[in-house]
Amino acid sequence: MSISSTFHKWGSPRWFYQFSGKLLPWLAGLSLLLLVGGVIWGLAFVPADYKQGNSFRIIYIHVPASAVAMGAYMTMAIAGAIHLIWRMKLAAMVMKAIAPIGASLTFLALLTGAVWGKPTWGTWWVWDARITSVLILFFLYLGIIALHQAFENRDAAAKACAVLAIVGAVNIPIIYWSVEWWYSLHQPASISFTGQSTIHPTMLRPLMATLSGMYLFFTWVLLLFVRVEILDRERNTRWVQDQICGESR
Amino acid sequence: MYFDTVGDFLSMGGHGPYVWFCYGVSALVLSILVGVARSRRKQAEQQIRAIVRRKKASSSSTTQH
Amino acid sequence: MSDSGLAKLVVAVLRRDVMASLRRGSEWSNPLVFFVMVCALFPLGIGPQPDRLAELAPGILWVVALLASLLATDSLFRGDFDDATLEQMLLSHQPLYPQVLAKTLAHWLMTGLPLSILSPVLGVLLQLPAKGMLALMVSLLLGTTVLSFIGAIGAALTVGLRKGGLLLSLIVLPLYIPVLIFGSSAVKSAVEGGEYFPQLAMLGVFYLVALALSPLAICGALRISVDQ
Repeated sequence: MSISSTFHKWGSPRWFYQFSGKLLPWLAGLSLLLLVGGVIWGLAFVPADYKQGNSFRIIYIHVPASAVAMGAYMTMAIAGAIHLIWRMKLAAMVMKAIAPIGASLTFLALLTGAVWGKPTWGTWWVWDARITSVLILFFLYLGIIALHQAFENRDAAAKACAVLAIVGAVNIPIIYWSVEWWYSLHQPASISFTGQSTIHPTMLRPLMATLSGMYLFFTWVLLLFVRVEILDRERNTRWVQDQICGESR
Repeated sequence: MYFDTVGDFLSMGGHGPYVWFCYGVSALVLSILVGVARSRRKQAEQQIRAIVRRKKASSSSTTQH
Repeated sequence: MSDSGLAKLVVAVLRRDVMASLRRGSEWSNPLVFFVMVCALFPLGIGPQPDRLAELAPGILWVVALLASLLATDSLFRGDFDDATLEQMLLSHQPLYPQVLAKTLAHWLMTGLPLSILSPVLGVLLQLPAKGMLALMVSLLLGTTVLSFIGAIGAALTVGLRKGGLLLSLIVLPLYIPVLIFGSSAVKSAVEGGEYFPQLAMLGVFYLVALALSPLAICGALRISVDQ
């Protein structure tokens, strides 16, 4: 009974709106603190990498962006499954909100990866296993966004995107593993650099800060988008009108 | 502080442009995300206010009759 | 429903779709023509040197076969959607899963199978060494089946939309990547005289996974497309 009542509560847009409103300032403050603090720490205080020099400092934005982009896709697929199985409207809103955020973060990961590659490998783009996987993740996000925009019916769009997100999530491990295998076949001997081996523990601490900061930032922006979606969908209900024009009534 | 001078910090041993470009673009993209969310919220609020205004107007006009 | 009834249903749908597509003709011939034409563009684009073509041939043949299969996928459910056969299929008491399975297999029989059979001819045109021919055919036979199953998910999702074609490629192409990697690698290994059975075994695994799981997604997607 308690499970079903919790579920019912989470499914209620009104409850979610009011609950998330209390979280917003904390999420905003903590995420910006961790991101800005971690970046300053990583940019100014951590010693340079003995192989790559200072270009490795891009890691403090590149790794969090790619990690959160990946996690966001999985969250989107789970939200899609919840929407399909329990018809929870809130899950559909979460799913719709994640796609553009995830795509932006994936774009950021690709761009910073490319810029990192120039001073490190001497070229803007390397068909390295990790970069290629992130590129494919970007394509998957673009597919979801394109599919969502193609539907006129909001419910059908949500369901179709849920199916596609789940299919994508099932495929992602296969895709990543295939790309990894493909790269191991073609790996040119000239690129012997591996990211992990040169990372010193002191370099990792700021990374933990920016990584958790990016997760919190994602949650914050996700809540902002979902709340707008709630207002849009429930604009004709009394509680939304009271919420927005509370004082004037 | 790892760097001795501000100039060192900005140039980062020649890697400065790459590093600063990355962080500049990242700051831009992240703030665009927040900005888009904010502006959509304002739009939604305006629409809801308009609905409430219309509702009030129609209810007051019916009570006058 | 009994097992023999299920088998009868699968065979009936399979036969109906294959006959319809044979009657129309363009449905199975267009992907083949596309395959031939695009393969002929490559020597014009990158130059006629035989050794360079031979080096690129496994990748080119696989990418073009993949695109040909993709283009054909758009029509998989379109006809049935337009004349409301699909709606009847969903409403009828017959189970949907075997019907979807049969439709997808019929589609592969009319696209993937001819592509695979024709591929050695195009291999000759692109100077693919004779050692690679068998690997090309077998990898395409296995691989295009997987492509048909994955493509069918996309086709089912977009069948209700007016502008499906390009959208279908956007959502399906990233999912094709593992098949492309292992398919072209099998051909490349065969050309280099290496072992190519592992790649074919991998394609076989993909085939079984796609066969088992994708009809679930296709059924769900068809329901969404028809309900809206």
